[in-house]
Amino acid sequence: MKPEELEVKAAAELAKQQAMEVRLVCCSSTGCQSSGAADIVARIKADIAERGLDGKVQVGGTGCMGLCSKGPLVRMTCKAHEDILFSEMTPDLATRLVEDVVAPIASGGKVDDPVGPLGAHVVDLHAAFFAMQERVVLSNNGHADPEKLADYLVHGGYQGLRKALTMSAEEICKEMLASGLRGRGGAGYPTGLKWDFARRVESDVKYVICNGDEGDPGAFMDRSVLEGDPHAVIEGMMIAARAMNATNGVFYIRAEYPLAVDRIEKAIRQARQAGLVGRNILNSGWSFDFDVRLGAGAFVCGEETALIASVEGKRGTPRPRPPFPSVKGLWDKPSCVNNVETLANVPRILLKGADWFAAKGTEKSKGTKVFALTGKIAHNGLVEVPMGITIREIVETIGGGTGTDRKVKGVQTGGPSGGMIPESQFDTPISYEHLQQLGSMMGSGGLIVIDDQDSVVELARFYLDFCVDESCGKCAPCRIGGTQMLHLLDKIVAGDGTEEDIANIRMIAQAMQRGSLCALGQTAPNPVLSALKHFTSEFTERLKKPVAAEA
Amino acid sequence: MSDETAVDEIEVEEAPEDEIIVLAQKWKKKKGSLIMALHELQGRLGYVPRESAMKLGREMGVPLANIYEVLTFYNYFKLESPGKYIISVCTGTACHIKGSPKLLHGVEAELGIKEGESTPDGEYHLQGVRCLGCCGLAPLASVNGKVYGKQDVTDAHGLLEHVKHDQPMHVAAESADAE
Repeated sequence: MKPEELEVKAAAELAKQQAMEVRLVCCSSTGCQSSGAADIVARIKADIAERGLDGKVQVGGTGCMGLCSKGPLVRMTCKAHEDILFSEMTPDLATRLVEDVVAPIASGGKVDDPVGPLGAHVVDLHAAFFAMQERVVLSNNGHADPEKLADYLVHGGYQGLRKALTMSAEEICKEMLASGLRGRGGAGYPTGLKWDFARRVESDVKYVICNGDEGDPGAFMDRSVLEGDPHAVIEGMMIAARAMNATNGVFYIRAEYPLAVDRIEKAIRQARQAGLVGRNILNSGWSFDFDVRLGAGAFVCGEETALIASVEGKRGTPRPRPPFPSVKGLWDKPSCVNNVETLANVPRILLKGADWFAAKGTEKSKGTKVFALTGKIAHNGLVEVPMGITIREIVETIGGGTGTDRKVKGVQTGGPSGGMIPESQFDTPISYEHLQQLGSMMGSGGLIVIDDQDSVVELARFYLDFCVDESCGKCAPCRIGGTQMLHLLDKIVAGDGTEEDIANIRMIAQAMQRGSLCALGQTAPNPVLSALKHFTSEFTERLKKPVAAEA
Repeated sequence: MSDETAVDEIEVEEAPEDEIIVLAQKWKKKKGSLIMALHELQGRLGYVPRESAMKLGREMGVPLANIYEVLTFYNYFKLESPGKYIISVCTGTACHIKGSPKLLHGVEAELGIKEGESTPDGEYHLQGVRCLGCCGLAPLASVNGKVYGKQDVTDAHGLLEHVKHDQPMHVAAESADAE
């Protein structure tokens, strides 16, 4: 494909969409699929065909729209009315939607009451849940069909790559650095710097690797992006490849996400057919292709050196750094591992400019962040918010609080590597620095709300148990330290703990933080330490009574 | 019942032999593809029987020790036949907070087995899984890939009744229909 043909193809698809009176998109991500989205799409298609409305109504799938707990979701777009989002759809409701809403609009344009009898299922798109979000990474979700390349092109797809093909590797790194984009996997290292290191290493073969091993239990941001906008991640990886002169791309995705794997494989095939991946991309003379590798259920494989070992088909155990992967990575060749969400930001930054991106967020944390909002929260789901928004705004305004008469006690960010933040600190803005100051971390974006009935001690134990189970066993501080700490916590949970046990927990935690080989062991004590810091009394109340009295 | 088991065993031990050769030839060409080959093997058989692992090793030129090193490291791989219905109760954080341990214990009591075990008749296998990524539907379980969301954690019996009614088949490649 020639570069100009991208626009021709996009324009043709756009014209086709604009010729439609009504467009219905149903969420086709794992969440809504689980609640029966496929049956709804099938029913809508059948009803549309039965009424001979094929030429007037387009029906398709789209990426996660966020309100997973209210799925399946269907979004209707038409000329005469604002977009309408229908929740908790069933096949029978879908028939009523076609009969009472879609058919009249398709034949007559504007109608008096567009929602008709489905009023109870309409979700207010002006409500805080949507209004307070700012969608960059998720901008195509709810609009484009992830299984159609043409739909991605309509929304500016592969224009970032096209621009990158006219820039030097150094220029792309500079642009990324100027944007202020930092790694969304948790650590927050500046993406431009990381790419620039890899760029400076001379090698005939270089790899750019996408880390889609979302192992944090309670997080599904990367799954939603891979499923909802696979081409954006592919395009981001190709731009990364141009920035460091990489020769090969590797997707590493959890095997537990079959739909994400399927969407990425399909998108790669589509892009290859269109001449966007493979040999002589967009007539530029540049060639680049992808491999897809599956994880196999090991949390530690989110760590980059363990991930690389796993891509090589071995046990996923980390190794000491240096040498860093940017010097010696996959098959001993320079490699750069980037998170899914980071990569999905990249095409947008290149297309709209570093300044556009840098205008969002705080001084040191730019752009937006996708969070998986779960736990004791009214509006469960996926949200994308500008950095700098407060935790309170996310939990109370967007999330709607607990939705019950219980009070919010706190949130856990960063999963098993992060920490607990009490409600009293909720006015803290979301940024890498602020969360770290609170003893937590940004992490990949899991945000779990707990209420006053949940025990912080037990939650800390839950996370530590997870880390002990997932420890690869290679280094002693993590393997032994974690297990011993878990024994002490078990004692406290059982009501047999002493002050000395708490002191020992702190000591072990320090040894693990300092001595562990990789981030899993270094961060495993975080949930326990942050819980001890912010909820001390919950621990002391559980100690053996006589000892507690002495203390 | 014993007849059925015998049929299953023949299928498992003999039919895939040639498949394993094809599979090994396919992945052998690609560097470091042992995990991918094991995924494909398990995808076909539901687990990785020892005989198949040995055969795969011979065909791919990988020592059996290396294969087991990988198989035992990763949670995803199963060394024993998991049964007809694999019930996975999600124990990820979002589900945990919503009471999934109670659901898991309830299913254990209903089936009379512990997590990680199969019923003697081979019908059910029960496992706790880390996170299925459908946290919006917590607490949830999945059976052969079909997700049962927003479960009542006190009603394990109801979940099993649903499963018996639906009889979900393995649907790992469900989305392939969309093509």
